[in-house]
Amino acid sequence: MHPEAARTNGREDAELVRLAQEGDAEAFAKLVARYENSIFRLARNITQNAEDAEDVLQETFLKAYEHLGEFRGDSKFYTWLVRIAVNQALMKLRRRKSDRSVSLDETFDTGEETLVREIAVWAEDPEQLYSQEELRRILASAIESLPPIFRTVFALRDIEELSTEETAQILNLSVPAVKSRLLRARLRLREHLTRYFKRKGDDVFAYL
Amino acid sequence: MSLLTCEDFLKELNDYLDDATSPGLRQEIEAHLAQCPNCWVICDTTRKTLRIYKGTELYPLPPQVHQRLMEALRRKITERNGRH
Ligand SMILES: [Zn+2]
Repeated sequence: MHPEAARTNGREDAELVRLAQEGDAEAFAKLVARYENSIFRLARNITQNAEDAEDVLQETFLKAYEHLGEFRGDSKFYTWLVRIAVNQALMKLRRRKSDRSVSLDETFDTGEETLVREIAVWAEDPEQLYSQEELRRILASAIESLPPIFRTVFALRDIEELSTEETAQILNLSVPAVKSRLLRARLRLREHLTRYFKRKGDDVFAYL
Repeated sequence: MSLLTCEDFLKELNDYLDDATSPGLRQEIEAHLAQCPNCWVICDTTRKTLRIYKGTELYPLPPQVHQRLMEALRRKITERNGRH
């Protein structure tokens, strides 16, 4: 389901959660159907691994079912679910890579980093330059090239369309920290995609 | 005459693309974009980046993955009910 549609389901979610808490398995199945696509996509984007994404999907809904009694409704059910999924996904990543870059609160020198290296005009509809399959491969490899925290913030804000505040809450980051990571993620993706999407014959030059 | 520098523009880019800037600032940004081809390109290409990602489903849920999830849940629910 599209995140926009999910957002309007808040009240209905609360009703389904209440029924599920009373032991109505059908109600829980409806919540799963509503959010499994989003949770899987999120897990896949963060872990960059199909097997891990499936594990995260299962763990998220099994945990949610197990701990449903603890859900108080002071956040949206979907946000609560995403928080579980993000934690599971980051844990997988740490286990698989013993990767120090998985830290969420890593600091960087915001003044020094070059945010933009290449400037080239893109084709008007660059997505038309490639087949659907090629396009997917290009987009996926751009996300994969991002450090985990950048692709997590990008996936939450720009793919699952959570608000900056919700993203900050889920990741235990401040709002300015989410904003600066999102800017870097967007600019790095832009940079990565430029080599595929630029208008033919245009020069590329350094900037900023 | 706009007082916004390219660095200022870059700081505002996110909010501008998310439609979250005040009307006054928006005007300043647009004045800068009108006279700075580099920032115009950055803005245009970042906007297209978002548009393309939002318009492309990279990871549709495979039917077998959905099936295995439902089986795992069924086992969990049976196991829980068995305890009562
Ligand atoms: Zn400029």
